[in-house]
Amino acid sequence: MEYKQLVAFIKKEFRHILRDPRTMLILLGMPIIQIILFGFAISNDVKNTSIAVLDPGQSVTAQRIIKRLDASEYFNVTYILSHPKEMTPLFQEGKIQMALLFNDRFDDRLFHTGDASIQLLTDASDPNQASMVAKYATTIIASCQQELVKELRIPMQIIPEIHMLYNPTMKSAYNFVPGVMGMILILICAMMTSIAIVREKEMGTMEVLLSSPLKPSYVIFSKVIPYFALSVFNLVTILLLSIFALEVPVSGSLFWLTMLSLLFIGVALSLGILISTLVRTQVAAILISGMVLMIPVMLLSGMIFPIENMPLILQYLSNIVPAKWYIRAVKLFMIQGASAKYAIKEFAVLSVMLVVLIFISLKKFKDRL
Amino acid sequence: MKIKVSHLTKAYGTTDALQDISFQVPDGQIFGIIGPDGAGKTTLFRILATLLLPNSGTATIAGFDTIKDYKKIRNIIGYMPGRFSLYQDLSVIENLELFATAYHSNIRENYHLIKDIYQQIEPFNDRMAGKLSGGMKQKLALCCALIHKPEVLFLDEPTTGVDAVSRKEFWEMLRKLKDQGITILVSTPYMDEASLCDCIALIQNGTFLHIDTPGKIIDSFPKRLYAIEGDQRTQNLQQLRNNPYIDSVYLYGDRMHLTFKEDPDPHLPEVVLVTPSVEDCFIWLMKKDSYE
Repeated sequence: MEYKQLVAFIKKEFRHILRDPRTMLILLGMPIIQIILFGFAISNDVKNTSIAVLDPGQSVTAQRIIKRLDASEYFNVTYILSHPKEMTPLFQEGKIQMALLFNDRFDDRLFHTGDASIQLLTDASDPNQASMVAKYATTIIASCQQELVKELRIPMQIIPEIHMLYNPTMKSAYNFVPGVMGMILILICAMMTSIAIVREKEMGTMEVLLSSPLKPSYVIFSKVIPYFALSVFNLVTILLLSIFALEVPVSGSLFWLTMLSLLFIGVALSLGILISTLVRTQVAAILISGMVLMIPVMLLSGMIFPIENMPLILQYLSNIVPAKWYIRAVKLFMIQGASAKYAIKEFAVLSVMLVVLIFISLKKFKDRL
Repeated sequence: MKIKVSHLTKAYGTTDALQDISFQVPDGQIFGIIGPDGAGKTTLFRILATLLLPNSGTATIAGFDTIKDYKKIRNIIGYMPGRFSLYQDLSVIENLELFATAYHSNIRENYHLIKDIYQQIEPFNDRMAGKLSGGMKQKLALCCALIHKPEVLFLDEPTTGVDAVSRKEFWEMLRKLKDQGITILVSTPYMDEASLCDCIALIQNGTFLHIDTPGKIIDSFPKRLYAIEGDQRTQNLQQLRNNPYIDSVYLYGDRMHLTFKEDPDPHLPEVVLVTPSVEDCFIWLMKKDSYE
């Protein structure tokens, strides 16, 4: 009998979701759009990047490298500098994304000592773009070097010294995939669950449910299940897109990545329930989810701004953001290929958060109005 | 006694929603709570449906205390809130099935109970509840509140916003349910529905002004009531209020009702003697209440 109630209410919840195609489209389409936006529009487009060069010596090899860069489809040499000072305003106005600085005795150094360096300065306020630009430039320089070695038959080395301006602790180019995962899961689980519960309060149906013998825990549980299913579906979409479309490798254990994500989904769902016990209207639920969850997830989780660069207070504050721990562990598994034992701390923190949140929200959930 | 309420008080902040309410409803009666919006009807229903806790006083439903034994009460009551509170995006049959399951019941088990009402909405079984007309919605809500054969039925303003024909039908159904032994507590702002109850309580500003059968309430009207028919009412009303013979005068439908201090004013020939209604009694009691 009890089991039948639960099934009936889970079915009802699925009907609510399925009969609102607009919301469902957003829920299922959002991860795809975000991954594609972050993945293609923002990080991979290195074509026709404007660069500035400073070559005071006008040496043969340096000019050769500059021509090669200009000839490639990736770069346009738009400014020839005569002094390093001219570089700063160009960066700040966004006219160039990289500057190449050659030593005035570049050829001398190269042919006599066997190695010479080029400074590559990139605008790393967009870290993904900056690292990509630097990587392309380095590759072109390296191929120039190989040609020179072949032609001249003397051992030499051109060392590109990469400087990331404005953002010295460069993050990985695949930084955003774990970030998007954290954000989407928080959004769907916490926001949608809280809205779904609060809607019952707003519509007055909660009043009828509470006056019936139905257990309040069933009300919650039947709300959670469909959103859990949606989240798992989204998780699969994100992972498939990342692996096959963006070619982000899952170098660590897929099993532990999944376990970690399920744990995080649990944390997010219980956060949603907690929010629903605190507010009475759907608008308030959206505002609280937006202010208390979304903004910290974006700002304090390391998704956009590196946590290491923040003031100490914000660094401490970031510890209570579940997404920070999740994103950190996802990076370990996906990009660094670490084994589960390196993520024990993240697992532990998320587990404690889950237990505490479930305890508080069940305690706070009233079985009266 | 199916419902026993004694000295119930409830305040929201500093405003008193209910003050010292006491009444009893015997088994199988229709008890009406009549009063204007904001009088405290919904608060009273919510306390009895175990959804709100009173500040003081006690209430029992079928012997169960609304505070201590609220879980037992939830098995034996049916509650229909004032606002339409079913799932608008579920169909008629889906709503009915869902609420049956919530009460560990099913549609077949108590079909006889809802048959008369349900047959009228059955043609729209697959229509979403949100797309039903006002009267249909109320019928569906009543079905949902009845599907588990409750011992006590709480109906908070079930006929508000419903057309006259549907209202009449609705009350006929309530009579039938009463015949099945279900105790019904119903609230309404419509005075004409009061005479259809076995017993009524007039509520105003959180207090019961009077509890009695509709007949006795009408009998207790202390004066002779007269009526004036005519079209120039609005201009006349102010004039009549200043008339030294007249005790009270107010609009009643398309005429005016008035009581005199002693004998009727001989200069008003068109005055006729009428039987007071529950509404007249309510107006009288409200006036008396405000003097005290």
